[in-house]
Amino acid sequence: MHGRLKVKTTEEQAEAKRLEREKKLHLYVTATKAIFEKRKMEQLDKEALELTSQILGANPDFATLWNFRREIFLHLEEETPKEMQALCKAELSFLESCLRVNPKSYGTWHHRCWVMEHIPEPDWDRELELCNKFLEIDERNFHCWDYRRFVVQQSQVPPQEELAFSDSLITRNFSNYSSWHYRSRLLPQLHPDPHQQGRITEEVLLKELELVQNAFFTDPNDQSAWFYHRWLLGRADPEPSIRCIYVNREDASLAVAFSHPVAVAPASHDLIVFGDESPLVVRWHTPDGRNKPGLMWLCDLPTSALNDHWPQHTFRVLWAEGQSQKECVLFKGHKDCWSQDSVTEEQIFRCELSVEKSTVLQSELESCKELQALEPENKWCLLTIVLLMRALDPLVYERETLSYFETLKAADPMRSAYLDDLRSKFLIENSILKMEYAESRVVDLSQKGLTVLCHLEHLLVVTHMNLSDNRLHCLPPSLAMMRCLEVLEADENQIETLEGLPALPCLEELSLCNNRIRQPSALQPLASFPKLAHLNLQGNPLCQLPGVQSELAALLPDVATILT
Amino acid sequence: MADSLPSEFDVVVIGTGLPESIIAAACSRSGQRVLHVDSRAYYGGNWASFSFSGLLSWIKENQEKADTCEETEPWKDLILGNEEGIPLSKKDKTIQHVEEFCYASQDSVEDVEEAGALPKHSTSVIPTSSEVLEEASATTEEECVPLDGQSSGVKGEETSPESPSENNAKCPDDHNSVEVTSLGEKHSDDVTSDQSVSGTENEESTSIMDATAEPKKITYSQIVKEGRRFNIDLISKLLYSRGLLIDLLIKSNVSRYAEFKNVTRILAFREGRVEQVPCSRADVFNSKQLTMVEKRMLMRFLTFCLDYEAHPDEYQAQKDCKFSDYLKTQKLTPNLQHFILHSIAMVSEADCCTIDGLKATQKFLQCLGRYGNTPFLFPLYGQGEIPQCFCRMCAVFGGIYCLRHSVQCLVVDKETRRCKAIIDHFGQRINASYFVVEDSYLSEKICRNVCYRQISRAVLITDRSILKTSSDQQISILNIPSMEPDQPAVCIIELCSSAMTCMKNTYLVHLTCSSVKTAKEDLEPVVWQLFTIVTETESEGTGASVQKPQILWSVYFNMKDSSGVDRTLYDSLPSNVYVCSGPDSALGNDCAVRQAEAIFQEMFPSEEFCPPPPNPEDIIYDGDGTQAEDPRFSNESEANPETLPEE
Repeated sequence: MHGRLKVKTTEEQAEAKRLEREKKLHLYVTATKAIFEKRKMEQLDKEALELTSQILGANPDFATLWNFRREIFLHLEEETPKEMQALCKAELSFLESCLRVNPKSYGTWHHRCWVMEHIPEPDWDRELELCNKFLEIDERNFHCWDYRRFVVQQSQVPPQEELAFSDSLITRNFSNYSSWHYRSRLLPQLHPDPHQQGRITEEVLLKELELVQNAFFTDPNDQSAWFYHRWLLGRADPEPSIRCIYVNREDASLAVAFSHPVAVAPASHDLIVFGDESPLVVRWHTPDGRNKPGLMWLCDLPTSALNDHWPQHTFRVLWAEGQSQKECVLFKGHKDCWSQDSVTEEQIFRCELSVEKSTVLQSELESCKELQALEPENKWCLLTIVLLMRALDPLVYERETLSYFETLKAADPMRSAYLDDLRSKFLIENSILKMEYAESRVVDLSQKGLTVLCHLEHLLVVTHMNLSDNRLHCLPPSLAMMRCLEVLEADENQIETLEGLPALPCLEELSLCNNRIRQPSALQPLASFPKLAHLNLQGNPLCQLPGVQSELAALLPDVATILT
Repeated sequence: MADSLPSEFDVVVIGTGLPESIIAAACSRSGQRVLHVDSRAYYGGNWASFSFSGLLSWIKENQEKADTCEETEPWKDLILGNEEGIPLSKKDKTIQHVEEFCYASQDSVEDVEEAGALPKHSTSVIPTSSEVLEEASATTEEECVPLDGQSSGVKGEETSPESPSENNAKCPDDHNSVEVTSLGEKHSDDVTSDQSVSGTENEESTSIMDATAEPKKITYSQIVKEGRRFNIDLISKLLYSRGLLIDLLIKSNVSRYAEFKNVTRILAFREGRVEQVPCSRADVFNSKQLTMVEKRMLMRFLTFCLDYEAHPDEYQAQKDCKFSDYLKTQKLTPNLQHFILHSIAMVSEADCCTIDGLKATQKFLQCLGRYGNTPFLFPLYGQGEIPQCFCRMCAVFGGIYCLRHSVQCLVVDKETRRCKAIIDHFGQRINASYFVVEDSYLSEKICRNVCYRQISRAVLITDRSILKTSSDQQISILNIPSMEPDQPAVCIIELCSSAMTCMKNTYLVHLTCSSVKTAKEDLEPVVWQLFTIVTETESEGTGASVQKPQILWSVYFNMKDSSGVDRTLYDSLPSNVYVCSGPDSALGNDCAVRQAEAIFQEMFPSEEFCPPPPNPEDIIYDGDGTQAEDPRFSNESEANPETLPEE
């Protein structure tokens, strides 16, 4: 009788499976034990290779065993090159079988690199072909991308071939961060911009922009293309340097502001101060006294360096690491002096996107606007428009930028806090630019909807700042970088406490009306402000507390007037 | 030779077209004893594929005048008093208006013979694929219960000199072919069988070299000589990547018997020019013909179509308007409208409503990306492979196969009005409970109330592709909208040699439409738009005509389309006789699968339709206890580990 097959029931199947698993587990445990035994006895022989291959074949993520295999290989290196070659070849094919089990195993790929470094006659073409295969199956396997870069480096594959490979993968599926990223490494090698290190020539740039435009017009929600676009329009990070030095005669201090957060040892030889061309012995510290890497470092100058015998004193700060220096001259009778980079000339705030190619930026802005007309809610497009406008001219486009921020926040409510902060940053930058054009030491940041304060290192010499009517929740510790600030208005915010605020050396007048300060203790830090004379706290919840005046007077005995 | 055929079965299936073959496989799989017969000498009926010489024989046979003489009725002596016979038709009358044309140079054709061809048998038609199962039918019963498909499957690679796979060495450039298994989706994590990383894959490059080297004129004698390279489908179809047939192939594991290639291009014909239609995300990205804004508009519309149900406000108002008018309101440029209407939705401009157009577009898009950048698969060696794959499945589970085995009549019990047996051409009576009959076997008397539609078909062998690109190995589909109101839209499928359907440096072009007139009248206008012929004077060949592919050989014919026939129209057919139709004119195979499943469910309402086969390890063998030592089984499971279903 033909026809119907008898098939095991699910219970029988489960039982059979269970027995099988038990058997497997037993084998695994026994072999593992045997391997560790051998390692202990330092039996670095082929039997150990065989045993570890059994385990690694099933579980390629057992890193210890890969290490053991490397020990064995090093031990066997005394064999003839021919035998070694055979051994390595066997190892490579074993590795391939492991990669088939798990193509994303760190240990396996790493071991493959190691074997290729030790094989007497490496066949790099085959390795490249292997990468092709794996990337065909999963074009975003970054382990394989890493290995590919290793192979390319070792075998010196010409970058144009690799670029063609990146082309082919992007053609197949452009949602491929690795491939876009690879282009950003290859193109500067192939078509370096003679004027700017790490960038590419305009002709190639235009071609790449077209390619990436194709991607984001096809699928504007795919971020990989937008990231590459950002790279294309960006420029190399500026070198770290000294932005500003400031000398204050009164408290005999010198402040140095850097472009990047830096670490400076208290008695550093990297950061040296010369007073009238002779090195001074100083100890560096940060404004908050914690000496963590920061944008500003301070030191106290020896009184001898500021004596009144000379009509002037020249201070020069030399920073070895950033290979930069700055100098300023303190004249007799002046209370302070400084030397500061110009934010307008140095285009410090435009560093995200390049300005050299403003025609390119202009046309990119046009096409993004075109896309935005079709996809009014696309956040990547909106954000890119904002960035392009900033790169082109932050002040001219200020109003337009702000309206795009509103659309962007509506389109991407999940990131509204990030966008608020970004917007605050841009507005502060604009205010700093305007202040510099006006050649003033007064900055007005009121009524801008700020949620965060930044770039305060550029406000080192500002004496008056108005932060009123914003959305600030606190005054950040970085405020201490404003070494000259005398008057600070921060009315109509949501400030609850001043906790953590280091002393501001020159602050005389502080207005915090209509904030959310509930307890006098929240004002504790003000006790250490040496010059604070006027404090206005009207409209804060703490004004309702009975006896608040006397409590504040006790807390801040040196403040002459406290309004509540 | 059929003396030893058993005379008791559960199901007798007459005809080996796709629906019959699926039913046979389903019945056999669920434990029914199945006899599957076909009076033809080849599998597939009108779903078959032929080698070139096979097709010539088929043409000859169908050009012969139908026998008008009254058939003798020897079966009358073999039925009992309480029975009556329903005679079955002996002559297939589904093909009409066959017209063959040869334009390739025809010197010395007489001495040329197909390489590797068998000496001509008495049979007029030589099928492309093997007939080994017929041998199985001649053997004793035990031997033709082949649980293992290898030993006597439909293919029988070793035994049949006619098998195409022998000469073609079964290596149709692997990197493009698609294995349709349940694991076969594109991004499986493991690096499968392709161990030879360093393996050379220069087939494509060599073929390009050949093409550029010297485009030699192919002569008729070369076509005849290389005739076995051709696998010419009678009905031209493609598999939708998420269509019912693919689902069934995967579910039933029949997919292991076939190989597929992705259709590589969707083409459009606009303003006298053939161009590629960007339809997938990668296509749109790479397209040079679309502007940036067009890219966005197209992607935007296609993304909307993918889940149009979720945005009723965007189409509700125009639900019943024409789809072509709806597209005009969608900010799409005219060429995008053309692409969507004719190449993606592939619907009629004149009478397709918005909702149907959206549905068709959605279906197309849902099929994208499963196996590649287009929604379609083509079975290597031709559409005719598919019915055979199901026959093989049926044979693996014990079905018995007899080709060239005609049935004289169905025997009906007068009292119960149920069919109880058939009487075959040897006069043997074979009893069964269910009968499945392909409708071309039904006599004119039974079909007298039925009127049929027709399909117009043309098959061309050409010398170059209708759209030349860097790679000459492309499978393309091109839908030509109707040019005049009474003219049908024509679907063109162009196959290359790596689809294993034609010889090197030729292309096989299938044209299909629903008939208005004869095939030639329906299709010739389109043929002359796209192709040209070699004439003596023109052989110097300069100017525009060189751009068009030249036709080397062509055939036109009409095929009966019985797909829409209501069963109740058949006269006095017993209720346990089920009728399957021939191919329909649609591009996909959904109609056949749906029909097969419906008939199977009607016969066996409680049985599952083509369930996955059991894991060999889980099969319990009688007598031998539990050990799975059957060598045939273990062989198979080792041979095809990747095709086994994952538990």
